[in-house]
Amino acid sequence: MTIHLSIMLWAPAALALAGALIPGGRTVSRALAGVGTLIALGYAITLVADYKSGGGLQYVTDRMWIRELGIHYKLGVDGLNLFLILLTSVLFTATTLWSLSSERAREGQYWLQLGLAHSFVLGSLMAQDLALFVAFFDLMLIPFFFLSLGWGGGRRDERIAAITKLVIYTLVGSLLMLTAAIALAVLSASQSGNDLSFAFTDLQKVTLTKGSQEWIFLCFAAAFLVKMPSFPFHGWMPDGYKAMPMPVLAVFSGVLSKVAAYGFLRIVVPLLPDAAVHFQTLMLLIALASVLYGSVMAFTTTNTRLILGYSSLAQLGFIVLGIFSLTEQGAQGAILQSVNHGLVVAPAFFLAGAAAVRSGGSEDLRDMGGIAFRAPVLTTIFLIVAMANLAIPGSSNFVGEFLILLGVFNAKLAIACIAFTGVALASVYTLRLFIRAMHNRVGQDVTSRDVSLGDAVVLVPLVLCILGLALYPQLALKKGEQTVKGSVAAARAMTHPPKTAAAAQNGSVLNTVKTVPAGTPVPATGGTP
Amino acid sequence: MHTALLTLAASTTKVKGPHIDWAGLSPLLAILGGIVVVLMAGLLRPRFAREQLVPGLTLVSLGAALGLTIWQLDDNKSLVAGALRLDGLSTTLTCLFLAAGIGTTLLSWRAMAPRESAHGEFFAMLLTSISGMIVLTWAQDTISLFLGLELLSIPLYVLCATEMRRATSLEAGLKYLIVGSVGSATLLYGLALIYGATGSTGYAETAAAFSTHSLSTDTLALTGIALVVVGLCFKCSVAPFHQWTPDVYEGSPTPVTAFMAVATKAAAFGVFLRFFDTALIDAQGTWGPALAALAAITIIVGNVGALGQSSLKRMLAYSSVAQAGYMLAGVVVSTSLGVRATVFYLAAYLLMNLAAFGVVIARERETGRGDDISAVAGIGASRPLLAWPLTISMLALAGVPATAGFIGKFQLIRATVDGHYAWLGIVIVIGSMISLGYYLRVIAAVWTGDAVESAQVATGLPALAGGSPDAEVTGPAAGPAWEVTLVAVVFGAAIVVFGVIPQPLFDFVARAGSAFSNLI
Repeated sequence: MTIHLSIMLWAPAALALAGALIPGGRTVSRALAGVGTLIALGYAITLVADYKSGGGLQYVTDRMWIRELGIHYKLGVDGLNLFLILLTSVLFTATTLWSLSSERAREGQYWLQLGLAHSFVLGSLMAQDLALFVAFFDLMLIPFFFLSLGWGGGRRDERIAAITKLVIYTLVGSLLMLTAAIALAVLSASQSGNDLSFAFTDLQKVTLTKGSQEWIFLCFAAAFLVKMPSFPFHGWMPDGYKAMPMPVLAVFSGVLSKVAAYGFLRIVVPLLPDAAVHFQTLMLLIALASVLYGSVMAFTTTNTRLILGYSSLAQLGFIVLGIFSLTEQGAQGAILQSVNHGLVVAPAFFLAGAAAVRSGGSEDLRDMGGIAFRAPVLTTIFLIVAMANLAIPGSSNFVGEFLILLGVFNAKLAIACIAFTGVALASVYTLRLFIRAMHNRVGQDVTSRDVSLGDAVVLVPLVLCILGLALYPQLALKKGEQTVKGSVAAARAMTHPPKTAAAAQNGSVLNTVKTVPAGTPVPATGGTP
Repeated sequence: MHTALLTLAASTTKVKGPHIDWAGLSPLLAILGGIVVVLMAGLLRPRFAREQLVPGLTLVSLGAALGLTIWQLDDNKSLVAGALRLDGLSTTLTCLFLAAGIGTTLLSWRAMAPRESAHGEFFAMLLTSISGMIVLTWAQDTISLFLGLELLSIPLYVLCATEMRRATSLEAGLKYLIVGSVGSATLLYGLALIYGATGSTGYAETAAAFSTHSLSTDTLALTGIALVVVGLCFKCSVAPFHQWTPDVYEGSPTPVTAFMAVATKAAAFGVFLRFFDTALIDAQGTWGPALAALAAITIIVGNVGALGQSSLKRMLAYSSVAQAGYMLAGVVVSTSLGVRATVFYLAAYLLMNLAAFGVVIARERETGRGDDISAVAGIGASRPLLAWPLTISMLALAGVPATAGFIGKFQLIRATVDGHYAWLGIVIVIGSMISLGYYLRVIAAVWTGDAVESAQVATGLPALAGGSPDAEVTGPAAGPAWEVTLVAVVFGAAIVVFGVIPQPLFDFVARAGSAFSNLI
């Protein structure tokens, strides 16, 4: 079946643009934006249904975009991005439905920015060309800048300061990545003697020298760690989260951080395997610090947005742990956990918003409590989301975290042992959020009431997705298996030299070990015959 | 005897000057003819003739020159006994000067400056300056280079001071005159020293002398090169020779500022590329690192300087300093790719700055708040046709994808990595990060600020002794400034178009790269 990814990619932006330009007021722009989102969702579902497991890159669109720079307009879907594309479409649909429930000023502009954001995020996930990826990765921030600027909460000057900080922080990383990407392609081209090309397939043919790989790796890592955010680079997060409108925040937190995780698996680990091995311990330690710091902050802050923000920080830490275990299980778990976290955090933000509405507009946990009193459905949904977030056995998050920890266990035992506490900490802060919002002493301005039909339209499908994935996580695992394995294969070969080969050659163990770069401890499972 | 007379007559007629390729010179001639016609038309009595016909004739002259340039876009020939050369770099840059000239003419059509200084003179000065740019970048020896430079600079000194009743405008003119003269003098001294070392003024002969006598370590030649660098750095406001830029940009009439920002910079970089990559290419090992250091300093100084500015013109002045640093990176690497990257960025820079200045001028006339950032506050809701070009221009200057600015930076960084100056690429992106701090502030003001009600320009300006009678008919320019909005919208749209489909622009500037047969 031929599926034109370009149509899916540009439908949300094009229709939203039409909605903003056609005079006809609110109804027209709403209708067109909604249609655009639904087209993308429809395409995404078709993609997942039609995707052939183990078929490599599918539905490829490949055209030369800028001949002078060797940049291709190349889109494609494989096991790495398939479910992230679906996640993006699902969450943008949810945000669109959510945004429909309230009226706002300059609505045409709002939908335009949301549509642009949708297209740009999809673009960064589909891009199979490094320069195209970088362009979309930078671009997807701009609509969020405008959305927060125009429709965010809080005082205007504080909002501007916060969102400017967010943009500068993330673009600092992105611009470093731009230099790194150009250097990667230019050096590859000069090494292979071919014309300059940014297509992943062309870049994969060349392995750069270790020295070049290392500085390029650091630039990419800076971009992705800021975007996630990860522990020492999260300075923009608290203010930025407070400044964003809640529906936008749900999709921002749910999707944009995943693009960064995806970037590691798509670009960094396969294209820079030596550097990935070299910096493995550093990255694992950063991830571990994120898990612990995020968890501790999540159960000490009282602003619900920030609780969810810090909880995301911790979850993203798990995902990085999985990626930099440089094992197949870890990478598989990272992809699964990316989807899980997106599916959990979006309804969580919605519920936080719903709780704030019921507690007199305050988003502070101390003003909530007792919301469950007359809201059994809301409470049930909240409980399901909370259980998924703390990765209770039976949930898909459990499978994801299990795989990640298994991978880390194989790679670095000590780090895995500490990371296990993160699982326990997750239940502490999640249950604290649930109990103090829903139960406990009734807050001063709290008026308990159940979900309205409008809320249910957004929440129920998301919760059904969570339950569906909990019952059948193999869906996400199977389809992606081969691609995910391929992306860590080069790095894994370095950390885990194949046993059989070593045993057969017997005397050449030293040679095998020598290929492991200096500074990397010889792994426990490989090496000695 | 009869035959002897005949031969004598024949031989006298045979005494002739160099062969002149009139076709090749035609763009320059169109501008020179335009100067005469515009100056004459400015003397006519009817007000219509002065206020509408003069700018109209200026546009015709610029358009004719543009047509004649495009006609010979791919030609490559030596003109006027080798003093000038029409090649890819000449034609490409000439198109940029003429585009800037057309933009400036539209922006100053109903501006205050030509009314105060008489229309004929104002537009004739503008054309003279453009003719100087053409001579400067077409020059093939240092004499024509200096001639072009002065022809470009002297009218600009006057143009800066054309809003005669504003003290800052006069101050700007004087300041630019003094600093510019110092720059010219330094440059001239440098050229003289290089002449002393090489014994020739032609670029080709200079290059030959450098390679045959291995002058790249010669003290005399190197001192000359250093002085030339300083002189040119004054012109394209490279730090630490940029101090005049913010004051002059702020004080000058805004259309003139726009012209200085884009056209003067393009001309100065044109001669940088031409002179350094042709005549002085053998000494590249010496001047390359020095220019790289200057570029890095310029990027940092310009971007940091722009951070605290509340005047949009001052902010754009510092931003132009920073952008000069980015473009200098393309000169440093001295490769064909570097030349193309610099010229591409000059083109992108022209689009971005004219769009931004168009908006500044429109708001200046509408609000009476001058160029303060509050003049553009809140125009997102009230004036979308101005808000979008300004937003796009700011994003492009910051280097956001899908704009010509991004592609330009992309190509520049590629040129630095390719030319083994990867660290300069990192400095470029560090500069871009700092620049977000002030570009985003403008965007935030545009989309969230409180709109300013239209206000009258302060009246009661001092009368102008001996000034043109039109100048007394003051107040804000009458009528809607549709042509200003047009400039902003057209150039704003071009930023996005060339950001998404940059290949035509790449093909256009590829000619500039092909003009240098000696570069790889």
